Amino acid sequence: YCFGAEFRRFSLERSKPGKFEEFYGLLQHVHKIPNVDVLVGYTDIHGDLLPINNDDNYHKAVSTANPLLRIFIQRKEDADYSAFGTDTMTRKKNVLSNVLRPDNHKKKPHIVISMPQDFRPVSSIIDVDILPETHRRVRLYKYGTDKPLGFYIRDGSSVRVTPHGLEKVPGIFISRLVPGGLAQSTGLLAVNDEVLEVNGIEVSGKSLDQVTDMMIANSRNLIITVRPANQRNNVVRNSRTSGSSGQSTESSLPSSTPNILANFLQGEEESDEEDIVIEDSGEPQQIPKAAPTNESIESLTQIELLHESTQNGFLPSSEMNLNHSAGSISMEYEVQDPDHKSLEDGTIITL
Amino acid sequence: AASPSPRCRPFGVYGAPGVELTGLHKETATVTQLHFLAGQGWLLSLLDDNTLHLWEIYQKDGCSHLEETRSFGLPARPGCSPSITRVTVILPMALGAVACLGTEGGAVYFLTLPGLVLLEDKTLFQDEILQSVPDEYRCGKALGPVESIQEHPRDAGRLLIGYSRGLVALWDQSTRAVQHLFLGNQQLESLAWEHSGKSIVSSHSDGGYMVWAAGGGGQRTQQPVLSTIPYGPFPCKAINKILWRTCESGNPFIIFNGGMPRASYGDRHCVSVLQGQTLATLDFTSRVIDFFTVQNPEVPEGGFENPRALVVLVEEELVVIDLQTPGWPTIPAPYLAPLHSSAITCSYHISNVPLKLWERIVSAGEQQSPRLSSAAWPINGGKNLAQEPTQRGLLLTGHEDGTVRFWDASGVSLKPLYKLGTAGIFQTDCEHNDSLNQAGEEEWPPFRKVGCFDPYSDDPRLGIQKIALCKYTAKMVVAGTAGQVLVMELSDEKSEHAVSVATVDLLQDREGFTWKGHDRLAPRNGPLAFAPGFQPSVLVQCVPPAAVTAVTLHSEWNLVAFGTSHGFGLFDYHRRNPVLARCTLHPNDSLAMEGPLSRVKSLKKSLRQSFRRIRKSRVSGKKRLNPGSPSSKVGAERGRLLATPIPLPVQEANAQLAEQAGPPEVEMTPVQRRIEPRSADDSLSGVVRCLYFADTFLRDEGSSRCCCSSRTNSGSVFAYALEVPSQEKFSERAVEAVLGKEIQLMHRAPVVAIAVLDGRGNPLPEPYEVSRDLAKAPDMQGSHSMLISSEEQFKVFTLPKVSAKTKFKLTAHEGCRVRKVALVSLASAGPEERVENCLACLTNLGDIHIFTVPSLRPQVHYGCIRKEDISGIASCVFTKHGQGFYLISPSEFERFSLSARNVTEPLCCLEVSRLQDTSCLRWVANHSPSDSDSE
Repeated sequence: YCFGAEFRRFSLERSKPGKFEEFYGLLQHVHKIPNVDVLVGYTDIHGDLLPINNDDNYHKAVSTANPLLRIFIQRKEDADYSAFGTDTMTRKKNVLSNVLRPDNHKKKPHIVISMPQDFRPVSSIIDVDILPETHRRVRLYKYGTDKPLGFYIRDGSSVRVTPHGLEKVPGIFISRLVPGGLAQSTGLLAVNDEVLEVNGIEVSGKSLDQVTDMMIANSRNLIITVRPANQRNNVVRNSRTSGSSGQSTESSLPSSTPNILANFLQGEEESDEEDIVIEDSGEPQQIPKAAPTNESIESLTQIELLHESTQNGFLPSSEMNLNHSAGSISMEYEVQDPDHKSLEDGTIITL
Repeated sequence: AASPSPRCRPFGVYGAPGVELTGLHKETATVTQLHFLAGQGWLLSLLDDNTLHLWEIYQKDGCSHLEETRSFGLPARPGCSPSITRVTVILPMALGAVACLGTEGGAVYFLTLPGLVLLEDKTLFQDEILQSVPDEYRCGKALGPVESIQEHPRDAGRLLIGYSRGLVALWDQSTRAVQHLFLGNQQLESLAWEHSGKSIVSSHSDGGYMVWAAGGGGQRTQQPVLSTIPYGPFPCKAINKILWRTCESGNPFIIFNGGMPRASYGDRHCVSVLQGQTLATLDFTSRVIDFFTVQNPEVPEGGFENPRALVVLVEEELVVIDLQTPGWPTIPAPYLAPLHSSAITCSYHISNVPLKLWERIVSAGEQQSPRLSSAAWPINGGKNLAQEPTQRGLLLTGHEDGTVRFWDASGVSLKPLYKLGTAGIFQTDCEHNDSLNQAGEEEWPPFRKVGCFDPYSDDPRLGIQKIALCKYTAKMVVAGTAGQVLVMELSDEKSEHAVSVATVDLLQDREGFTWKGHDRLAPRNGPLAFAPGFQPSVLVQCVPPAAVTAVTLHSEWNLVAFGTSHGFGLFDYHRRNPVLARCTLHPNDSLAMEGPLSRVKSLKKSLRQSFRRIRKSRVSGKKRLNPGSPSSKVGAERGRLLATPIPLPVQEANAQLAEQAGPPEVEMTPVQRRIEPRSADDSLSGVVRCLYFADTFLRDEGSSRCCCSSRTNSGSVFAYALEVPSQEKFSERAVEAVLGKEIQLMHRAPVVAIAVLDGRGNPLPEPYEVSRDLAKAPDMQGSHSMLISSEEQFKVFTLPKVSAKTKFKLTAHEGCRVRKVALVSLASAGPEERVENCLACLTNLGDIHIFTVPSLRPQVHYGCIRKEDISGIASCVFTKHGQGFYLISPSEFERFSLSARNVTEPLCCLEVSRLQDTSCLRWVANHSPSDSDSE
């Protein structure tokens, strides 16, 4: 207690460990801390402090217990993430001092490895199967303002194959990557890569300023299609290299394209920023979509009905329901996926 | 909505009010001369690239149009510098369809009309004249460029040719002989015939003019009858142009420009009118380009010309002087009024103005500037075929000097109706210089201020930033640069009352901020006299006194809302007390606090004081690319039509900028753009961009009135619920405002506009429109929605429960940003009842996009304004019925229409006596090689 810590010992059935959720509940029960968020960790056979936060690593932990499983529990708000990771036990000999006296080694900064749940995607290559091999579609995920997107674009010209032969056409190119910026850290974009599309819209015929504005407007979920200047690192499709007849790829392409495109568009919508409303000086809440129906269909039906100009005014039925069921404001927001909300850390409002 | 390409050089032809034609040159060169070919419906223009262009006024579908038919370039003479054949003067001759071209080299060329074919065998070289010049005059020197060619008024075919050195020759074209020589020794500027042909007058570079007898015998005249320097004896500037007009009632008029004493008044722009002993020195505020008189075209033998009016084109305006009324008053112009007599700072359009209000404004304007001249507008060529406008449109322009001008925008030309000044309410740095005008009594020369172009503003704080007017109650709000918000009322009587002042602190005791910008304008104390018209009742002063960035008025609720870069406020002008003040400042926003002037304030102030009257308008400095180019000329066809080159300084400036950008191959540092999202703590994020009143559902419990406001650069919208007492209880109960909702757009782009749509998706009507049966009542049953337009996206949210309904991400799709938006109702050209409400949006690229409402589907888009024309884009206003205005130059509004039904364009007809032109077709066929050469 002198360290503000307490110790419990209890037993588990090794062959039937159950789910992490149950285990987590058990820990909270044993420690009589039912409403406190905690981080759970254990020491593995190498003496490393590793986290337990899902079924997989929980099972791993139970199966490696020899026979004792040493579990460390920290309150989430004052958790010391740096305690986790390789060599944590051997380095400090006593893991307890690590956990309980985090101030001890503040002077010695080392690489911080976050909890897996805190990992998030920063970039991805998408639509590999529908794009020509010479192109690359890169998605950059921008969260908050901690790390700049960090790249510059410029005007330039590239050579295209047209029906009239080779033609020099104006193009937009990446001109500079800011060291430490998101673009550079992904390794997927490079100086002199030609920008072909921004979020599915071709940039040809658009000015540098227009493309700049398009990228900034899409900056929270930027998808750029480039023709890399260095064509040697292209993703090579399995079907081609394995020597199988190109037929399968070709035949599958037309059918798969619409699906993937739909996915891509849907994904874009999902991760799109949500506006916030504060009702009667209460808590900031995300603004939900009015109707779960497809946006374009909704607007289409509305237009038709507007022209017919019904006397009592029309609203799609789904929307009506929403409005009428909204008896209490807080009710509605509980439906919202809390994980989704926590991903979006730009939700703080300055008043 | 076609945009003129930046390369075009427009000019206008104006006749009777409503009659106007515009010509656009394909070339980039500046128009330097324009001449009518009398009675023929042809126009000849000269550009500063030394090309001549022939324009035809032709009829199509009963209306006249202007079109270029052919062009001509004088071929260079082999072995000579190209300037030798630079055209200095053009004279279309009365008979024979020939034009004479005087050149810098001294030769006179003759050109057929309308074929524009050079009559090479007729060319008059200087040698031919020199043969008859006595040796002692010749002294082996050339005669210099041709300065003037004038045809004998009674005897067509005899030409008076004046050379720069001073020699004037009377040349008979048919016999090709010199009939008479006037051996002047003073450098010549211009020539004019006395109407009977008995004498000529010549003006000179020393500021003098000479009268010569022309009728006498002999071959040569050595001395003039009269030689005088009117503004002597000290050195004077040149008299550039002189006219001699006979008059039945007494002495002839001698009218000339320039000739001012060089040292004392060399910088004035003057035209002098002299009749016997009466002299008026008309003092203009900008450079005189040309002038002519209007008189009866057919003067009988021995009769008099009796000029009716003097028309003067100066750089910034057109002034017409009535020469038949004693005192020579000006005749108010029905068009081409100088919009920019002080620089335009904002504009506001009102459609469908009720007749009652219209008449009251017109009457206030008439009392303000009583007509001194009873003469009709003397330029009356052509017939206006346009239909009477179906509705009255009012365009209000706010100006840098604190005035608001009211323009009749119903028809093709903008007609000034009324001018409201706000400067008199405040104590400004400098009292108005009435003293300057009064001192004129004993002054020599007898200056008379003419025209209203006066770009100088005594105090930049007076500048008008925002205007709102309620057309049903004639209440108006005018807000300015120093945070002043004036609530005005239209009164038909003059009045003397004190303006009550209320101060609203928009900082709301926020700590750590000090305003370093300009001071507020101190109001004058005590009762002030106001002429009939809009009279201020309340002055609401924002503190800190930053420029007002948004204003709106709800005359039914007696509320005015205003915003600055610091916050916004709501004021009840009936009870005269503030209802609400809210600070929108971001804590990091230090820039807004310091004010835009802080860093340059002291320098600016001192500059302002030392250069008070020297300061030119935003226009003048950039005007002439080529200072050596000759001044533009105006031609008159029988005193009925008038042509003026339209100055396009913005385009010139742009062209200059483009040139300065340097050749593309010198690409040392390629242009690159940083891709970084806008951060939440941008400076100046608190600027309030728009304010909006609506009667809608803000909270669940039934209808509640709401006021919305937004702040820019951070994309937030505040919605307040207002408790407005009923009409009878205004005096007893105060209006209450409670914050209802706050919406934060995550893309954080500045909010440009807000509108509430009723259950049917139509925009809510304006106050009083429903109670006066002028609009259908909005649908209050269905759920309303709110349309928010930011610089990047349009979004529709449902009300009262805010949920996202539709959106359109313009910037993400097109890469352009929203500059102006408006809900417009577009009527079908077919059945009248088919009306659609659409969202019109002007982007930073100068395109106009139309979207359906509320589904926000893109319909069409047009290119409208050139994207380099930033001031044009910033000045754009939409009307309710799908038209729009923008400044094409600091002095001209261009009107465009998005509506198929509602189009305002000049429709006019000019009757010409020309036979249908078949000859020119033949000419083209016969002379196509030379024609193509000249192109």
